[in-house]
Amino acid sequence: MSAAAVARLLADPGSAAEVKDWTSILAAARAESLAGSLAFRLKGMTLPEKVELLLEDARTGAEAGRTQALWEAEMARRALAPLGVPVILLKGTAYAAAGLEAATGRSIGDLDILVPREALPDVERALLADGWEWVKEDPYDDLYYRQWMHELPPLIHSTRDRMIDVHHTILPLTARPKPDAEALLLASIPLGDGLQILHPADMVVHAAAHLFADGDLAGGLRNLWDIDRLLREFSSRGYEFTVELRERAWEHQLEPAVARALRLARALYGTPVDHALAGRRQATDSLFLRRLVARDGWGRPTRRGLRFAFYLRSHWLRMPPLMLARHLWRKARR
Amino acid sequence: MHRLELRIGPVSFRIGSAWQRPLDQLRRLYAGYPPAETPCDFTVRLEPARPWRRFVRPSLTITGDYWLPDTAPLPLSLGLLAAEMGMNLQMALGQRRYLLLHAAAVEREGRAVLMTGLSGAGKSTLAALLGERGWRFMGDEFALLGLDDGLLHAFPRAVSLKNEALPLFAGVVAERLGPLLEGTPKGTIRHLRPDREAIMRMDEPARPVLILFPRFGADLASAVRPVGAAEVFVRLTQASTNYVALAERGFAALTGLVTAVPGRAIDYANGGEAVALVETLWEETR
Repeated sequence: MSAAAVARLLADPGSAAEVKDWTSILAAARAESLAGSLAFRLKGMTLPEKVELLLEDARTGAEAGRTQALWEAEMARRALAPLGVPVILLKGTAYAAAGLEAATGRSIGDLDILVPREALPDVERALLADGWEWVKEDPYDDLYYRQWMHELPPLIHSTRDRMIDVHHTILPLTARPKPDAEALLLASIPLGDGLQILHPADMVVHAAAHLFADGDLAGGLRNLWDIDRLLREFSSRGYEFTVELRERAWEHQLEPAVARALRLARALYGTPVDHALAGRRQATDSLFLRRLVARDGWGRPTRRGLRFAFYLRSHWLRMPPLMLARHLWRKARR
Repeated sequence: MHRLELRIGPVSFRIGSAWQRPLDQLRRLYAGYPPAETPCDFTVRLEPARPWRRFVRPSLTITGDYWLPDTAPLPLSLGLLAAEMGMNLQMALGQRRYLLLHAAAVEREGRAVLMTGLSGAGKSTLAALLGERGWRFMGDEFALLGLDDGLLHAFPRAVSLKNEALPLFAGVVAERLGPLLEGTPKGTIRHLRPDREAIMRMDEPARPVLILFPRFGADLASAVRPVGAAEVFVRLTQASTNYVALAERGFAALTGLVTAVPGRAIDYANGGEAVALVETLWEETR
């Protein structure tokens, strides 16, 4: 029992009756931040009493986490409201605020927001004035973030102990694809309380970009589950979404990432997808799949070599070779 | 991965270790405990800090379902302590079924006394002393307050006796004592298995009737001071690791406790004095 078994259960809750080792399922699900999602997915099924008890704990925990995440968004809203700039919620908090299915049971860590790039200095000042402070004090990291990243260095609130990531676009500036941040802002949808969310197609593009065009796939199983939930919910709203997703993926230069997300969601979670956009199965897909489920029933990461390869890939995606060399040199000498 | 499952009160743990020895020590210390329930509530893992640290100057990191970044590794000789810390960590970060109070608890005639306070205040020692003198020991580290029933549920882990408390228990049968652990972050520690009654009756909850804030000091005069409900409330929120996570249910359980149960701060200079104080105060709650 392992992360692969967790993915199978998410895709097919009916198979819960065959599970022998729930301790391992829970350990793997917790390690992948999927315990809450799984618990809601299995809600209402007839399961052994102790299993039911532990799943209920996970549901309670996820509900409390959701309340906390929404409160944190409200705190940011209050801090930023006087600036009059659009504040777009991203990822988990956005799903929760918009009442999307993807938020059901989802663990939510940091608060992620997107603001116009020109508003960054004001946003930074307003947050610092309202109790947030820097997490990293290292000048190299700080400069690195400001020069090359798609977000400010992370801030943490001094009393609530919650992190906020302030983005101005959805990929590092050094990455090869150049998403259109202005188009993201223009198409964003107001929630009515002064906060906004991304347009559904942009939301999926962002989730795919975050998973496959940036980072080393850590937490990927959860992020791909987000994509499954988003695709199912938005597709059910009609044909239009499929067209919009194709257009937006192309506009943001993220067709490969979106296509990969569709193929892997289909493979792992049985997500119905737009076959034209998903494209042909690629040889590398199986490497991604193996990396996504690289965890055993003790919750331990497995496939060390493959993990490291994806770690290297994340740096490769992020920077041109010469810059990467300089960056690693700098980090190694620390 | 070597494996051991353990049930303490309502919580079952699966403990995995890269080495057999800490699990053997744990098995000996917890002899006579009931079998674990399946599935286990939590998984604890004791792993080499680095791959080669399994063999060369073995040192282990404590991790599991819930973990903290940057925890210092411990030498293999403190493996038993690491397992205990690992279980604490799971409870502190992952427990959602009970309001978790960093407190010791003892019971007599179905009426329980909660003892809380900073580390070093003597609550462990006091609870263990009472446990040897006719009280039922319910736990020295965490007290579990039921969210719906308002009762205290026992979590009778092995007591960790520290430094100067060790001689007080020189009389207990050797079989109940764990190995002497020297050079731990808290000095010398030796674990004591609770007595038979504490283990046999671990599934029996008890109604809390008294909340004590003990303070041990060799030069302190024996004293009792009432503590108001508001102060008890605030101090217990600080003594709880999951109060915030439980949100409204945690608030309801805690306000229910502090409005129904009186609080007292007690000062004492030795164990005998403390036991007498607890017994007097407990009698007064009738």
